[in-house]
This record gives sequence, structure tokens and C-alpha cells, in this order.
Amino acid sequence: MLNVSHLTVNYGAIEAVRDLSFEVAAGQVVAIIGANGAGKSTTLNTIGGILKPRSGKIRFDGHDISAMRADQIARLGLAQVPEGREVLAPLTVEENLRLGAYVRADREAIESDLQAMFMRFPILEKRRHQPAGLMSGGEQQMLAVARALMARPKLLTLDEPSMGLAPLIVNQIFEIISEIRAEGVTLLLVEQNARKALQVADYAYVLERGALAYGGPAAELRQDERIVAAYLGN
Amino acid sequence: MFWQQVVNAIWLGAVYSLFSLGYTLVFGVLGILNLAHPSLYMWGAFIGLMCVNAGLPLWLALPLAMIFSGLMGVLLDRIAFKTLRDRNAPHLATLISSIGASIFLISAAQGVFSAQVSRFPFGVFPVKVFTLGPVTITLLQISILAISLAIMLFLRWLLMGTKLGQATRAVAFNPVTAARLGIPVDRVIMQTFFLAGALAGAAGVLLGLAFNAISPFMGGPMNLKGLTVIVLGGLGNIEGAVLGGFILSFSEVMSVAYLSSDLRDAVSFVLLLIILLFRPNGLLGRSSAKRA
Ligand SMILES: Nc1ncnc2c1ncn2[C@@H]1O[C@H](COP(=O)(O)OP(=O)(O)OP(=O)(O)O)[C@@H](O)[C@H]1O
Ligand SMILES: [Mg+2]
Repeated sequence: MLNVSHLTVNYGAIEAVRDLSFEVAAGQVVAIIGANGAGKSTTLNTIGGILKPRSGKIRFDGHDISAMRADQIARLGLAQVPEGREVLAPLTVEENLRLGAYVRADREAIESDLQAMFMRFPILEKRRHQPAGLMSGGEQQMLAVARALMARPKLLTLDEPSMGLAPLIVNQIFEIISEIRAEGVTLLLVEQNARKALQVADYAYVLERGALAYGGPAAELRQDERIVAAYLGN
Repeated sequence: MFWQQVVNAIWLGAVYSLFSLGYTLVFGVLGILNLAHPSLYMWGAFIGLMCVNAGLPLWLALPLAMIFSGLMGVLLDRIAFKTLRDRNAPHLATLISSIGASIFLISAAQGVFSAQVSRFPFGVFPVKVFTLGPVTITLLQISILAISLAIMLFLRWLLMGTKLGQATRAVAFNPVTAARLGIPVDRVIMQTFFLAGALAGAAGVLLGLAFNAISPFMGGPMNLKGLTVIVLGGLGNIEGAVLGGFILSFSEVMSVAYLSSDLRDAVSFVLLLIILLFRPNGLLGRSSAKRA
């Protein structure tokens, strides 16, 4: 589904991601964990076409997307839940959701998906006609996830969906991630909350200062003493 | 006397709003002040005149002029703004580029048309005057008001009621987020420039008809008026531009009628100064929040 090989990304002279290679197979949940500044967001933003790689290749669903624009990549079936949620604050909740389906043309299916999102996230229906920016952080995170699902993506990337949220909301978010996973959507999840991430993931990679430090089945990483000491703390 | 002034202010305000909507739209989407906007207004007026002189009816000349100035807006963006945008140039560079483009467009109009004042041929619009008590209004003024309002309603529907409008507002708020959602940001920007140019062109033809004086320099006073209107309403604020248009027209018409006719062009400057001093975000303000 997604194949990243020898990816290097720079911000000017700063090398944020160095010679990174990994894979996400269809139907899998893959987690990337790492400390602040490890290069997790840079990796996701490069896959999404927001940043351009300095070198390396990214293949998605049979296409070389390394040089494509973000909107073209979205059209191929990649949806993103970006860091900091990025809801369109002045637009209403419903408009945000509809724009999630911007790449689709199947009108009736969009309407039924919209209703399905309202069933799944009742708060979004309650706030339907309100500007998205007026909602709480947790509600905005729900909206960001629901908006991405409106694209009916082949691959969904999530950048720290638990960031800055109360524990109760974090649990809720991870429940939703498990549900999405059960529906067979391929997921690439970036998290600082390594414990949670390793619980939902099939496979996981650890990024350290822009480079791959470990990679393996999530169950194995959960047992690995070095990982436990470095990322699972207490 | 007073009600006559009110009537004059209403139709004039509608055209000011029309003109300023394009100005504020570009600011709302790109965060840039396109000082060449009044030049598109002037070109629109000339193209309308050219169409009429070529024997086309007015109802055809107006949309043709709008399409032409719309395309000119797109071209302006490609040449003067996109090149800078792609290099992440600072806003000042864009502002200077828009001034340069404006000078170029004025010189080009002098070359292509004439530096003299041109006029629509007599009788291009039926001369009909309606009297209602103390107030007179011409058919032309009624038509200008109706056309301006119709275009504004259309724009409102386009921005609030269509997928294109949602995409445009998404780009205005955050182009990166918009791109993630699959919105072709560059195409949305082109459409925005087309719309803005078309609105300027419509205002050019309508005011050209109202004052029957078209010259390469007619954009000059509009620059300050447009600026005043969009700052009054809040930069990038669509409803604000409409409100601002009417506030300016009422202030102008009333000062000309009750103070001195020399004041016409000073009014916008005074209004601009007042609003900058006391409500720098405009009356409906806070486009900075929109762009945060
Ligand atoms: N716009 C930028 N300009 C310059 N350097 C940047 C920029 N964005 C990120 N960096 C640097 O690149 C490196 C990787 O940043 P990135 O945001 O990808 O990390 P991250 O793993 O997502 O961290 P966090 O967990 O804090 O979100 C960091 O050293 C960061 O300082
Ligand atoms: Mg990050």
C-alpha cells in the first residue's frame, strides 16, 4: 500500500529525516513512535505531499507520489489527520465534513456517509451548523478524524491524535482508531503515546533523530526492554 | 433634497460594494492587497465601451467585459503574483509588484485606447426618468442597482452555497489544510482572481455608464475608495465590503450635498483615517482571526 525508501527530508540545512525506509501493507495498522523532534510529522507531511523529499522514493497504491502535489495524492486515496487537527475554524462542522469528501463525486454515498458520521459522533451533529473553531480540542479531533474518513481513504495517516487531550478523550480516540481498523482501513499512526500506539498497531517503527532505530511487530516492541525503558516509561 | 441624496447614495453604494468585493476577495484568499484591482475596473469599462462601439447591445457588452477583465485578473496573478508566491516572497514584494502591474495596465490602456476621456454613444441606454414625489431616479440608476445586487447575491450563493465556495473559503483559511483535503489550491486561486476581475469589470462598465466618462486614469480615485471600503468592513470580509460600500457612498453623497462638492474624494481619506485610528480591524473586523 505504502512504500517509503531511503527518504531524506530537509528544512534548509537541517536534515529532519535521514535515509528512512519502511512499509505499510494493506489492512495493517502501522505506528511510528519517537520523541519530540524525531521527524514523525516531517515524515507524514512528506508522504502527504506537503513537504518535498530531498531524495528517496515514496510509492502509494502503485503510484510514485514522491513529486506529486498534496491534492493529487489526496485524490489517490490518502487522507490525513494532521498534527494540531487543522479544522477549518470559520467553516461549519458540516462544511468541514463535506470538504473531507471533496475528492469524491458519488453524491448519494456522500450524504449517507455524512449521516453515518453523525451517528458515530453525535456531538458533530449537535454542532453541525456551528463554526468548527468553537468546539473543544477533543471535539475538533473527532471532527478531524471524521473529516478524513469522509474521503473513504485507502490509507489514513494520523499525526498524534491524542496530543493535548484529557485521558478520557484519549481513550475515546483510540477506541475509534480500533473501530476504523476493524473496518479494514489501512492506518499509519504517529504517536508520542507509545503505549497506546503499540496496543492498536500490528507493526511499529521507532524514529530517533530522523533515522529509523527499530522496526518490528508491535507485540515484539512491547516486550523489548530498550523500547520499554525509552518510550513506555514508568 | 435629502431623499434624493439617499437614492443617489444607494445606487452608488451598490457599485462601490461590487468593486470592493473583488478587492476584499483576493485579500481574503491570498492575504495580499492587489493595488492593480482598479486597473481591471478601468479595463472593464473600456472593453464594455469597445463592445458597444462595435455594435453589440449593452446586455452582451457587460458580461463580455466581465469575462475579459476576469481573464485579465487571472493573467495578472500568473505574471505579477504567482511568480512571487512560488518563491515565498515577502508581502512587500507582492504589493510593489501590484503597483507595477497597475502602472503597466494604465500605460497599456493609454496606448490601446486613448489618454482622453471616452464616452458611450448617446442613447446607448434609454433615457427614462421616474419621479416619485421629491425624488427622481433614472432607469439607468435603477438598472445599475438591480444588476449590482444581482451579482452580489450570485457571489454570495457561490461562496456560501457551492462546493467551489467551500473550497475557496478553505483555501482562504489555510491553503495547506485545503491541499490535504484534495483541493487544488492553485486552481482555486485562479478562480478567485477571475471572480475578482469580473467584479471589477462589472463595476467599471456600470460606473462608466453612470458618469459617462471613461479614461485610463479612472481607477485612481477608486483605489482609495476601494481601500477605504475594505478597511471599513474588515480586510477579507465579504459582508464588510458591502456595508463599507454603502457607508462610503452615503458619506460622500451627503458631504457633497451639504458641505462642499470639493470634498468628494477627501471623504474616503478621512473615513480611512478614522477607521484605522479607532477600529483598525474594521467594523465587522477580524479577518486576522480568519487567517490565523
Ligand atoms: N518548519 C520547520 N523549519 C525548520 N525546522 C523544522 C521545521 N519543522 C520541523 N523542524 C525540525 O525538524 C525536526 C523534526 O521535526 P518534526 O516536527 O518532524 O518532529 P516530530 O517527531 O513530529 O516532533 P513532535 O513529537 O514534537 O511533533 C525537528 O528537529 C524540528 O525542529
Ligand atoms: Mg510532530
